[in-house]
Formats: sequence, C-alpha cells, structure tokens
Amino acid sequence: MPWETESKALLKSRKITSFPHSACKMATEGLHENETLASLKNEAESLKGKLEEERAKLHDVELHQVAERVEALGQFVMKTRRTLKGHGNKVLCMDWCKDKRRIVSSSQDGKVIVWDSFTTNKEHAVTMPCTWVMACAYAPSGCAIACGGLDNKCSVYPLTFDKNENMAAKKKSVAMHTNYLSACSFTNSDMQILTASGDGTCALWDVESGQLLQSFHGHGADVLCLDLAPSETGNTFVSGGCDKKAMVWDMRSGQCIQSFETHDSDINSVRYYPSGDAFASGSDDATCRLYDLRADREVAIYSKESIIFGASSVDFSLSGRLLFAGYNDYTINVWDVLKGSRVSILFGHENRVSTLRVSPDGTAFCSGSWDHTLRIWA
Amino acid sequence: MAQAPTDPSSAEAADPEESSPNMIVYRKIEDIITRMQDDKTGGVPIRTVKSFLSKIPSVVTGADIVQWLMKNLSIEDQGEAIHLGSLIAAQGYVFPISDHVLTLKDDGTFYRFQAPYFWPSNCWEPENTDYAIYLCKRTMQNKARLELADYEAENLARLQRAFARKWEFIFMQAEAQVKIDRKKDKTERKILDSQERAFWDVHRPVPGCVNTTEMDIRKCRRMKNPQKVKKSVYGVTEESQPQSPVHVPSQPVRKTTKEDFRKQITFLNLQIDRHCLKMSKVAESLIAYTEQYVEYDPFITPAEPSNPWISDDAALWDIEMSKEPSQQRVKRWGFSMDEVLKDPVGRDQFLRFLESEFSSENLRFWLAVQDLKKQPLQDVTTRVEEIWQEFLAPGAQSAINLDSHSYEKTSQNVKDPGRYTYEDAQVYFKRSVFFISHGCIRTLEDKTTFHMLQLLNHDLSKDF
Repeated sequence: MPWETESKALLKSRKITSFPHSACKMATEGLHENETLASLKNEAESLKGKLEEERAKLHDVELHQVAERVEALGQFVMKTRRTLKGHGNKVLCMDWCKDKRRIVSSSQDGKVIVWDSFTTNKEHAVTMPCTWVMACAYAPSGCAIACGGLDNKCSVYPLTFDKNENMAAKKKSVAMHTNYLSACSFTNSDMQILTASGDGTCALWDVESGQLLQSFHGHGADVLCLDLAPSETGNTFVSGGCDKKAMVWDMRSGQCIQSFETHDSDINSVRYYPSGDAFASGSDDATCRLYDLRADREVAIYSKESIIFGASSVDFSLSGRLLFAGYNDYTINVWDVLKGSRVSILFGHENRVSTLRVSPDGTAFCSGSWDHTLRIWA
Repeated sequence: MAQAPTDPSSAEAADPEESSPNMIVYRKIEDIITRMQDDKTGGVPIRTVKSFLSKIPSVVTGADIVQWLMKNLSIEDQGEAIHLGSLIAAQGYVFPISDHVLTLKDDGTFYRFQAPYFWPSNCWEPENTDYAIYLCKRTMQNKARLELADYEAENLARLQRAFARKWEFIFMQAEAQVKIDRKKDKTERKILDSQERAFWDVHRPVPGCVNTTEMDIRKCRRMKNPQKVKKSVYGVTEESQPQSPVHVPSQPVRKTTKEDFRKQITFLNLQIDRHCLKMSKVAESLIAYTEQYVEYDPFITPAEPSNPWISDDAALWDIEMSKEPSQQRVKRWGFSMDEVLKDPVGRDQFLRFLESEFSSENLRFWLAVQDLKKQPLQDVTTRVEEIWQEFLAPGAQSAINLDSHSYEKTSQNVKDPGRYTYEDAQVYFKRSVFFISHGCIRTLEDKTTFHMLQLLNHDLSKDF
C-alpha cells in the first residue's frame, strides 16, 4: 500500500519526530477499512440492481389479471359463533389444538388458558411469572402447551387432567433468549420448538434437554412472527420482523434461503399459503401482501384507502382462496387472495385484534383481542 | 424481490420516532383531518351555530363527517365510515362538544376538530399532576357546562389524597391557568376549553371506554429519547419525573461491516443464480391449487352434514373420527403424497396396501427417517442405529435399494449420527423409484397417485 511505505519513509527521514505506533497502525487500518467497505457496498448495490432486473423480466402479468377468469365468490355470512370470556386483560396470542376444537390463549396479565371452544369451557389455566405472554402454542399431540413473553423464555407445560396436580409444577424451561419471546411453534412433533424473539433471532430447541439445535441470524431488528412450512416433509420456515423483512430459512443449515423487503413498516404476522409455495404477511403499514417463493417476489397487495391501521395477524382458509386479517382498528377484513379484493369486513371486537388463526379443518377461525375476549367465527 | 440478510444502512438516516407504528397511523389521520378541514377542496362545512342566546363556534355535524369519509375515502358502507370516524375521534383528532365519550354518530350531533397542540403525534404522556391541575381549575370556574362529571369528581378526590402534600402547589398552578384563560376572547375560550377537555378524554378516558394511548409493548423501544423529561401540558417543571418502566431503550443500530457486505454479496449472487418461475406460471399454479381444494374449504363449500360451529352439532367430527373415510376424503389423498401421510387413516390404509404388495419397506424407511427428525436429542443415536440395522445393513430384514453413491454417503453419515443422517438417502428416494404397484411406478414426488389410490379405494370396498 503506497501510504504505508510513505509513512515508513517519513518516520525514517525523521521528518515526523514522534509518531505513536498505535496511532500509525490505526490510521493505516482506517484508510484500508474505508476503501474496501466502499467498494463492497458498491458491489452489493449493483448486484441488487441486477437482481431486480432479472426478476422484473419474469413479471409478465399480475395475479389478479390471470384471476379474472376465476368465478367470483358469493356473499359471505360470517358471524361470531362463540365468545370466550375469562381473560382479565388483553389477549395477545392463541393457537388451535389438532382436535379442531381446543385452543390455548395467553394474555397481558400473565394468564394462559386452555379452552374447549366448542363448549366454551375452560379446561386448564396457569399463571406465568411474567406479564405480556406474547406467544403460545399447542403441541401436536394435544398433551402440552408452550408459552412465553417478557420473561425472554419459552416454557412447556404438560397438560394434565389430574385435578390434584398443579400445572405449573411440571413446567419445563426450554428456550432462552436475550429479549422478549414474540412467537413460538412446535415443529411436527412435541420434541422440538421453534422460537422468535425481540433479540432479533429465531431458534430451534430440543424440548427434553432444552438444548439449542440451531439458531437463525439475519434480521436487523426484533423478529415478531414465524410460520413453519406446511409440508410433512418440509424443513423451512418464514419469519417477519421490525426490519420490514420477511425471511425464509433452512432449518437444517440455519441459512436464510430467501428474503423479501417490500413492506413500509413492521411485519406483525406471516403465514404460509396452504400449498407451501407462497406466504402472506400483515404489517403496520396497513397492508397485507402475498409473496411467492418460486417467483421470489411479492405477487399481490391487499389494501384499501380506508384501512389505515396496522394488520396484526393473518391466516388463510383451507383452500387458500380467502385471507383473514385482524387489524388494530378492531376489525377483521376478509380478502379474496386471487382477485385482490376485500369480500367482507367483520365488526365485533371492541379493541385491537391481536391474534387470528384458522382451525385445523378450516371450519372456523378464532380471533383474540385487546378487549379481553376471543371469538370463534364461521 | 430478494434482499440480503442485513441491510440497516437505510435506517441510519431516518428519524426512528417518525417510522414507529403509532406515528404512521397518526400521520395518516392527520392527512385525513387536514383534507377534511380544507374548504377549497371539498372539506366539511364548519359553522358557527346559534343556540338560544349564545353561539356555538366552529362545529361540524357527525353526518357531514360520515358523508365526507364515504366520498373521499371510497367507503361504500356507512357502518364502515362511522367506525373509522369513531376511531379518529377515539385517537383524539375530532370530538363531540357535549360528550366525554369519543365516538362518531351519523346525525346532527356537533363535533369540533382538535388543536394541533393536543395531537397525539406530539407524544404526550401527561402526568397526574397535570391532570390534577386541570380538574382543580375546572372546579374554579362557575359555568354549568364545565361541571365535573361523576367519574371526574372521583378522580379529583383520589388525586387530592395522592397529592395531599403538594396540593398547595397544584392549587396555585390551577389558579395561574385560570388567570391566563380569563384573558382570552370568549369565543376562543369556548373552543380551547372543549379541546382541552377532549385531550383529557383521550388520556384519562371515561371508565369503560378504550384507552387508545395504550401501547404494544413490543413497539415501545423506539422512543427517540427515553431519558427525556416528560413535558407538562401546562408548562410545569418538576424535579423528579419518574421513569416509565415501559421505556427500555432499544439497541443502537449496528453499523454495516465489511463482513456484512460480503455476506450480502454471497447471498445476492445465490439469488441471481436461482431459477425462478414466470408470474403467469405462478398465478396458474396458485389458482389451480385453490380450485382443487375449494370443495374442502368450509368457508366456501358448506361442510356436510353441517358446520359444527353453526349447527352446534359435532356430527362432522364424529364422522371423521370413524375409520370409514368418505369418497371425498379418499379423493383428497390422491392430490399428493403429503395428503396421504397427513391423514392418519390414509397413512394406515396405504401402509397396509403396500404390505400386501410386498413393497412396504420403502415407505416404512421413509416414515422412519421422518420420525427420526422428531425424536428428542438423547434418543437420536439409538434410532439411527436401529434404522441402519433394519433397512440398510448387509442382510437387513427390510432391505431398501439405494444407489451406490447415496449408500456410500449414508454409511459415512452413520458414523456421526444425527437427525439428518439419512437426508441424502431421502433425497435420492424422493426422486427415484419408490414402489411398483399394479404395473404403475409411483414416486414420492408424483402428484398423480390418484390412479393408484382408486385401486386402494377398490381394495377398501372389499373390506367394508
């Protein structure tokens, strides 16, 4: 490097009488650092441009244009069929049991409740040692639940029907993050849990031992949501975060496979299209979007001028034709996924809708709200 | 379009507060409110209305607001416009002049616009001392319209107890405020009083009303300056302002390093090399999938005999629990191997069928490897060995056929057992001959197993 020889020459010629060694080293390193950083940045920028060019070549038509030939949906009559009251504060999260009727829900006051939502009976309840339990999940076997939040952990509670047994007694601490737990999900078995956290990472854990199996780094801010690919043989999941990015991960290698950044604000919810070839997202920018993995692109936006509050949670109907989205304006909007239009708006909740999931057999969906209640819609 | 994993460079320049989720909504509402008040571009009629012996300045009717919203935001349903209007009121941007409850009514009720000073986007978090000053000064005014509501009187009583020691200070501040107010023009005072009241209706809402100032704790960390002393509505400065426990400052934004850029470049190059489908193909595929499953979607095709949630009859679920699958259910198995494996009855029937064809070892190997991935860590080594012995070791009982390359790799992998030991074998299997049945070769990736499953169906009908 020319400046290195020059400074050495200067030193030798004693034109600079005192030159602290460390300052010299830092100065030379600083110059080196800037040069390469700039060239790397330029390379990255030009590659991004090239990538956008390549993708644009394949964008020969819009989804809603092709969908014009598809028969329009009829009028929908969706009503609240059950209201679950019992939480003392904001409901933050819920999940369905595979039996299509039981659900687990968690709340700001630290309570986690398991309900038979068909009868509206509460079957189990546990109080977490922290407030704001932002994540909860039902195990595939139906024999356990997982939850966590401001405690930065994900804990698993086996469900017991023994009245004498205290549910909290058999609690198992599985995941440990360095910031709040925002989402958790069992993989296809009771033995592994996938978590997302405010610390910007996702992680896969072995439930029995609590061991970290794989961690996923790449988000530039809090990760708020995740969803596992629906295939029985799949090994990928998608996550969304405060960095406005949705990222698809390989569970085995921990690598990010694909990344999407078209939202203007936090992504609060991500959910796979039932075929696993695409996923939807809900964001604080008041839009929901559909991204296709094979096109590696955003392929649809679901928005309206009159919808100005953020979308907090999204889920598809069984066929993928409908997208249900809960919003911070207390409503649920139902979108025609293919045509891009809104087919219905559902009123009922008296505060923000914070969580929404379609039941395993698609016969209903459940919404949870800051108004302390959960509603089953069909 | 794909983007590299870490790219915080764009965030460094923007004001973090401005991009916070709450602010995004406020700015949108402010845009609506501004347009609404602009009489040059078809805003709402803001009038002074005569009432008995006095005048009500600067008001607009609820009906006018609803109409404006429907016209200017393309809202077709009146209910939707009322709901949006009520939210704008609940956030504190417009308010009824004669009610503490902030909703919008589609009638002749009068509303007024909030002063920008009091807008939520100014990040007000008024302390109880400010509220005490406000309630105290209200009691000093003799106008009937300014009488305290019951809940306000209760609040005042509580605050008097809480601030017993510094009540003199609060009283003095209230007196000072009354003096300032008296100097203002009568009409201006009417407007300002109502706006001030609406401000407190947002920050100290009527019991039972939604407190729209509540925040999602996950989004709280983006405060511009969490250490700053909270400003007082009445300009009161106090020594000890308590820190809200909610304001945990977020991590400083990491500067992008050379390593980050290198990773970005690698990622981008991978994405450029990726083979992607054209939109037209993707659209066809998405449409085809929904069309195939639409008859199974209870929201579109009503469930038979009924949707349990609607009829309160769980017959649908009882039928599904039985071992006799319906024609429609069997047809679904034919859509993909995933569907067969997902349905416990389908999986069961399929295995039995294959066993009768002497070719079940391939599916059983497949299922064993899937199962391996779900095992608790401590059981993995044992299972790997068991699978090896049953399917792959020389002289194995249910020997499967692997190509020599996959076999070689797998026997290496077995020496360091893990959940993915048999991944290479599985990959080979997915693409290779899976089983032969009735003269048809079927693979795991083959989506047209329908023919084969029709035979299965035929088999079933023999049993039942």
